[in-house]
Amino acid sequence: MARRFDIGTAGWGRSALAFVVGLVYFFPVLWIILTAFKTRPDALAIPPKLFFTPTLDNFRSVFFRTSSSGDSSQATDFVLYFFNSIFIAGTAVLLAVIIGTLAAYAFSRHPLRGNDTYLFIILTTRMMPPIIVIIPIFLMFRVTGLAGGYWGILLLYTAFNIPFSIWLVKSFFDELNPEIEDAARMNGASDWRVFFGVCIPQILAGLAATFVFGLILTWNEFLFALLLTGVETRTVPVAMARTLGGEVGADYGLLAAIVTLFLIPIFFVTFLLQNQLLRGVTFGTVKK
Amino acid sequence: MTRTTPAAEREGFLAWLGAPERRGPLLVAPAIAVLFVMNIFPLLWSFGLSFFNYRANRQREPDFVGLRNFERVLTDDDVWERFQTTALIVGSSVLLQLVVGFLLAMLFARQFPLRRLLMMLVLTPMMLSFVSVGVFFKLYYEPTFGLLSWFVNLFHDGSFALLATPEGALAGIILADAWMWSPFVMLLVLAGLVSVPKYLYEAAEIDRASAWRRFRTITFPYIKSLLLLAVLFRTIETFKIFDIIYIITEGGPGTATETIAVNVYRLAFQNFRTSQSTALGYIILFIVIVLTNLYLYSVNRRTQEAI
Repeated sequence: MARRFDIGTAGWGRSALAFVVGLVYFFPVLWIILTAFKTRPDALAIPPKLFFTPTLDNFRSVFFRTSSSGDSSQATDFVLYFFNSIFIAGTAVLLAVIIGTLAAYAFSRHPLRGNDTYLFIILTTRMMPPIIVIIPIFLMFRVTGLAGGYWGILLLYTAFNIPFSIWLVKSFFDELNPEIEDAARMNGASDWRVFFGVCIPQILAGLAATFVFGLILTWNEFLFALLLTGVETRTVPVAMARTLGGEVGADYGLLAAIVTLFLIPIFFVTFLLQNQLLRGVTFGTVKK
Repeated sequence: MTRTTPAAEREGFLAWLGAPERRGPLLVAPAIAVLFVMNIFPLLWSFGLSFFNYRANRQREPDFVGLRNFERVLTDDDVWERFQTTALIVGSSVLLQLVVGFLLAMLFARQFPLRRLLMMLVLTPMMLSFVSVGVFFKLYYEPTFGLLSWFVNLFHDGSFALLATPEGALAGIILADAWMWSPFVMLLVLAGLVSVPKYLYEAAEIDRASAWRRFRTITFPYIKSLLLLAVLFRTIETFKIFDIIYIITEGGPGTATETIAVNVYRLAFQNFRTSQSTALGYIILFIVIVLTNLYLYSVNRRTQEAI
């Protein structure tokens, strides 16, 4: 039956077309990556230089700052910021997918009274403009001492990703064939066995898609990170914005190097899980 | 009544907790708890604030002013202007995302060599942060060093300064936003295209239906509701557009690109009219809830259609 929805095939001609279109689309990103390898004069040269002698100076200065006296170089905190970004986004999205999956299973298999109302309220919390809650959250974090630590921002990002995880994962559960679960129950499988042994394996691709979507949305979050992270927990987008306001104007080479480095992890995660991403989208929105 | 040992009590509690009728609430509880602390409670707090004349930079006890904040916000001509700007940006950007996303989806709706790798070229903009897109698009638009300005000046002699005119600044914002989010629309449309049963195309081929007719009678009905989903989702998200505008134009020139979210930010963090900003925030939330309802309505209709 699955064959019925199989997409057609095309040859290398389509590849060539996709390459041209893709390259045009990718060009602004490509230019950022090229800028990362340029010296300062090359970065702002007119006419723009497509060919130049590449340098790794920008990448070096992401991690080491040479003091004005010259030879001594001092490590910047960017290693920490990269760690923070990976740790905070990864953990928060993982937590959200786990908590969201439990809730989604309940909403799908054990509907509460007023199920749809709950789901609607949950979705609304995702849709609201962040600016409404930022002042109360800021005050709340200051009072409870959560500001500047890992726990606060982790919880906040988890909360951010829960609504959307519930909705997506619920749609996967809804599409499973309940007869398989009933058959497992008849054979004496406990509810836990049905959940972990029967349901979860069937929606793994969907869970991977949910994780990637959440990661893309969380990876780059700026406003809350700016207000709620401290020196120890600062994430890369915040650190990047802080390098903007220099007395000599923005150092585009340095910025480009940060953007390029910051793109690498999310790019590879998306690339590895791309098939799941496409299948997940399909799974979640297309009724069989 | 007999006294129970602590162990038995715990067992009793666990048994009570494990009862089948409590399974639903139990599984939902962690999600609700996190959402309550981090979203719903702050939301109610700021709802309360919107009835006071609270200012974040003052120590004074705030006074209760009732609906005055809402009244002031709703009767402010500037606010209506910001709503119009927002509507313009949302409308144009979502339309552009829809067209570009749809065309990209058509391109990738076949299996071809290197498809997986080539699709990454298109998906990457979505993975950039608003800060980096903002900073570098601002550079591309810059009259002297900008890549786009240089390119345009090759053909049209003179000084091209996109962000100097209101129309240009709007176009610049819309271009950056649409570039970033068209891939998202592409993913949704791809999902719809994949769902079209192949035999319908085979039947159309036997009938020698034209390409346009095939699209209108087979493809479009299948992707219609997904397109609607994409429109609503992107509308809701673009409605809140803030970071990218703040970096590229700061709302200028003048107030040409100042959207409602930028306005809320200014009220809250530059003018310190905290309560007024939460009142305006609630009006935005109301609009978003209306849009969300439309979104859900379309989702439900899609599900019913499919059954």
